[in-house]
Amino acid sequence: MSAKATSAGAAQSTPAAMPVDIRMASLRAIYIIWYRDLLRYWRDRWRLVASLAQPLLFLVVFGSGLSSALGRDSLFGASGGFTYIQFVYPGIIGMAILFTAIFGAMSIVWDREFGFLKEVLVAPIDRWAVAIGKALGGTTQAMIQGLILLVLAPFVGVKLNVLTVAELIPLAALLAFGLSSFGVALASTMKSLQGFQVVMNFLMMPMFFLSGALFPLTNLPGWMTVLTRLDPASYGIDPLRRVVLSDSGRSSALVERFALTINGHVLAIPLEAGIMLAFGALMLGIAVLMFQRRD
Amino acid sequence: MTEAGAVIEADGLVKRYGQLEAVRGIDLEVRRGEIFGFLGPNGAGKSTTISILCTLLTPSAGSAHVAGIDVMRDPARVRQRIGLVFQDPSLDDQLTGRENLEFHAFIYSVPAGERDRRIDEMLALLQLTDRASSLVRTYSGGMKRRLEIARGMLHQPQVLFLDEPTLGLDPQTRQSIWTHLNQLRDSKGITIFMTTHYMDEAEFCDRIAIIDRGKIVALGTPDELKAMVGGDVVTITSSRPGEAAAEIESVLGVTPIRDDGSLRMEVPDAKVFVPRLVRELSAPVDTVTLRRPSLDDVFLKLTGRAIRDEEAGTKDQMRAMASRWMGRRR
Repeated sequence: MSAKATSAGAAQSTPAAMPVDIRMASLRAIYIIWYRDLLRYWRDRWRLVASLAQPLLFLVVFGSGLSSALGRDSLFGASGGFTYIQFVYPGIIGMAILFTAIFGAMSIVWDREFGFLKEVLVAPIDRWAVAIGKALGGTTQAMIQGLILLVLAPFVGVKLNVLTVAELIPLAALLAFGLSSFGVALASTMKSLQGFQVVMNFLMMPMFFLSGALFPLTNLPGWMTVLTRLDPASYGIDPLRRVVLSDSGRSSALVERFALTINGHVLAIPLEAGIMLAFGALMLGIAVLMFQRRD
Repeated sequence: MTEAGAVIEADGLVKRYGQLEAVRGIDLEVRRGEIFGFLGPNGAGKSTTISILCTLLTPSAGSAHVAGIDVMRDPARVRQRIGLVFQDPSLDDQLTGRENLEFHAFIYSVPAGERDRRIDEMLALLQLTDRASSLVRTYSGGMKRRLEIARGMLHQPQVLFLDEPTLGLDPQTRQSIWTHLNQLRDSKGITIFMTTHYMDEAEFCDRIAIIDRGKIVALGTPDELKAMVGGDVVTITSSRPGEAAAEIESVLGVTPIRDDGSLRMEVPDAKVFVPRLVRELSAPVDTVTLRRPSLDDVFLKLTGRAIRDEEAGTKDQMRAMASRWMGRRR
């Protein structure tokens, strides 16, 4: 013990002891910030269950209710077509991703409120590492949260295969990334929990309702068509739906009926993915800039 | 460096917020290996000064060096060399004690090969080994503080900054925090810079700077500061304090300081003074107390005001209530 103490004392008397590479430190910081988010997510089993309960409720109550209400002459239920519950299922996966991503990223505001953010911000690392670590943490949580719901596929009569699941993973990741980055950018501007409710009511809910998660984005009034196309979540949820429903044994024309269009043209999935990626990158860029301002 | 062994140097630090001048020209030097106390009432500028030294705030004027590095020019290198314990809790209470330390080891670039060894050492030093794998949520206030100190020491800083480390803790816990800090100083040779508004705690420091309204009003060892008061402190209570005060001043030539209903005065020799006081005063004297001067008296003498612990007390309570309420919501 005493030998240890003297060696530590000696190390302290040389002020130039080992200059630390800030860039490397920042990369390590991204990892540990991401890891902490996952650890907390994993530890909070109750939240995990609760966050599954909500989509399930939507699916069962909303889905079943509307399935029977929507008649044969609607888009749903036409001979050989999809029922509403099948339609809404990928939308609910999108919902789970949307809410988990934004909430996950906005946990920064909690960290600020409870002081932990200070521990991170005073560390000898670059601030961009905090934004990126948080965005990746939110992305991972949201992706898991969305993909877990794939186990419900058999119950709503949706068929999946290895290929579609393999396609869904990157698509879910992109949607999660876009919205997480958005959440981090939002959180970087918020100093207290008060703004949270505002974001919830005036951003997240409209974003969810306009995203095409609950109804097809076709034949809408003009103003609404514009808003739905401005909603970044639309470009993440539409490809999820098209892939989830692709192995249903119905013609692709039936699936395309729901697809997101601009000026009547169906958008290609890679294009939608590209839009989502660009949105995420832009938001992350903003978040990084916001974090680098010293407060 | 102007003096060999100075670990912290501040020159004319000023911090303005709009019209308000929170810090109005602070100069100080802290020597290697000492426990330096920054003492003053709430709002005196303690936290602002410590924040500047920790590179969390940029001063409006003046300069500061910590561990030989300019805090404005190279804040990242300063941060690498200092440990911080904030006034408000900054732990993740959903993680275990050990996980909090691991997180810190990562963001402070503690070499991978040393991580576990140092974490174990710090846990042992602050007597947290048994509870290392419990969630911080289940820790007591004192344990959380100890964990924050352990965390601040993990990257082997040269200076440990503590902002009101014992705020809101019960006396017994405060005592144990002090024992730990002394132990750290002795075994690690670390310099400790701390703020406090508890007068009795300041006595444990090697040197103290008393700060009031953004300025240092006195600096020295506790004994040196107490010597400034000179002699003994006599406190009397009287049912007619105003009359008594006037009389003491005119008859005995001592100017008492009124503090609520009591009158406090500094006299060279209480043994001689008290009998005279009782004999020559016509105003009633209800009680007389005499004692050696404390830092309270020093503060009172320098500023004409007492540091009100009661005031801080309610604030602490509000803080504790707020954190309990918030904690439950989490």
